[in-house]
Amino acid sequence: MRMRKFEFLNPSSLAEALGLLKQFGAKAQVIAGGTDLVVQMKNKLATPKKVINLMGIPELTGINKKGRNLRIGALVKHAALERSPLLKDGWRILAVAAHKVGSPQIRNLGTVGGNLGNASPAADTACPLLVLEAEAVLTRKQKERRVPLHSFFRGPGKTLLGKDEIIKEILIPPVPAGSVWAYLKLGRRKSLDLALTSVAVLLTLDPKTKICRRARVALGAVAPTPMRAKETEKFLEGKTLNDDVIREAGERAQKESRPISDVRASAEYRKEMVKVLVGRAIKKSLGIPIPPTGI
Amino acid sequence: MRYPLKLKVNGEVYELEVPANWTLLDVIREKCGLTGTKQGCGNGECGACTVLLDEEPVNACLVLALQANGKNVLTVEGLSKDGAIDPIQEAFITHGAIQCGFCTPGMVLSVKALLDRNPKPKELEIREALAGNFCRCTGYQKIVEAVQSLAGK
Repeated sequence: MRMRKFEFLNPSSLAEALGLLKQFGAKAQVIAGGTDLVVQMKNKLATPKKVINLMGIPELTGINKKGRNLRIGALVKHAALERSPLLKDGWRILAVAAHKVGSPQIRNLGTVGGNLGNASPAADTACPLLVLEAEAVLTRKQKERRVPLHSFFRGPGKTLLGKDEIIKEILIPPVPAGSVWAYLKLGRRKSLDLALTSVAVLLTLDPKTKICRRARVALGAVAPTPMRAKETEKFLEGKTLNDDVIREAGERAQKESRPISDVRASAEYRKEMVKVLVGRAIKKSLGIPIPPTGI
Repeated sequence: MRYPLKLKVNGEVYELEVPANWTLLDVIREKCGLTGTKQGCGNGECGACTVLLDEEPVNACLVLALQANGKNVLTVEGLSKDGAIDPIQEAFITHGAIQCGFCTPGMVLSVKALLDRNPKPKELEIREALAGNFCRCTGYQKIVEAVQSLAGK
């Protein structure tokens, strides 16, 4: 279980870190909380010769308002997301999801930037950020770019990030008034589990008619990346969310999902669970009681 | 190649030189000689290696030793003062919350972090705070009762 030998680099500024990353390219990997990378290094799935510690870099920390948006530094830990008073109303879906990551110990180490950069299709912060229509600010030496999160993920463990690029921060726009939301994560146990299937919904209802004006639905662990269920969203928009509509939304989301079978669950089970969880998530967001579901 | 590492463990300052591929758990056990903290899974999935790092419970097996530079660590050994055990340890003993004892150091530190933040936790809050500490022996019930006996003290 001993990690291969490597050189440890400890930059104290973002500029220094990006310079090191540019200098060493593919030989180097950045480390934040280490809850994914250290496990990979111990299992020899990652063998960087140089490890660049990001945890000493102040520019990557903090949760604050930036105009009307919410800015979350890449190094913000899941424990801080859980507890932040700024994550309220619609933004609170991210706090709920962060609470479901791993365990208290993992949440005291792991960061949102690491969660997204590791790009597991089951990443807990991904689906809430997708329905919130978050953008990721990516930075490399002398260059910064903003990308919508839905184009950030490219495949299991794969992102848009160049070899010399890191996530700097996440920007979340305001949530439309009259929005309801829910995040459900199905797991085999109550903690320390990857999602078998996860669902985030963010629905904006007309205050008088209660018709769904805008729907955002994201599915985790049922595709090569966390995904928006765009057909399901189109179906929900303009409709009254009665039992038939909710049931059909679940069926449409099921058709959009592309899960694989793995050691945790079969593709067939995951597909069935997409249907069940989307239905329950919509109901939960509307305040309709649902059976205890997941973790 | 070795790197300088300076950290406080249970109030005592250690100035060490360690390879980059050592974890905080390695340093605690091999350099500090504090073997109360256990290696279970080595992957951050069992909590046997739980220590308080700047007062927050973490899996020491996942922290690169060099990332703990300049920080404060509390291990289970740091809970006893002048030979007297902590009330948390006392409660575990009197409630029969220890069988093989392997999970106990990690459990006790997670409990300390919980009670320091929330002195009167409800049962669900206790179970959630201990969700990162696995026990194969007790079935958790007596551990929860031990913590409940401390709530509000």
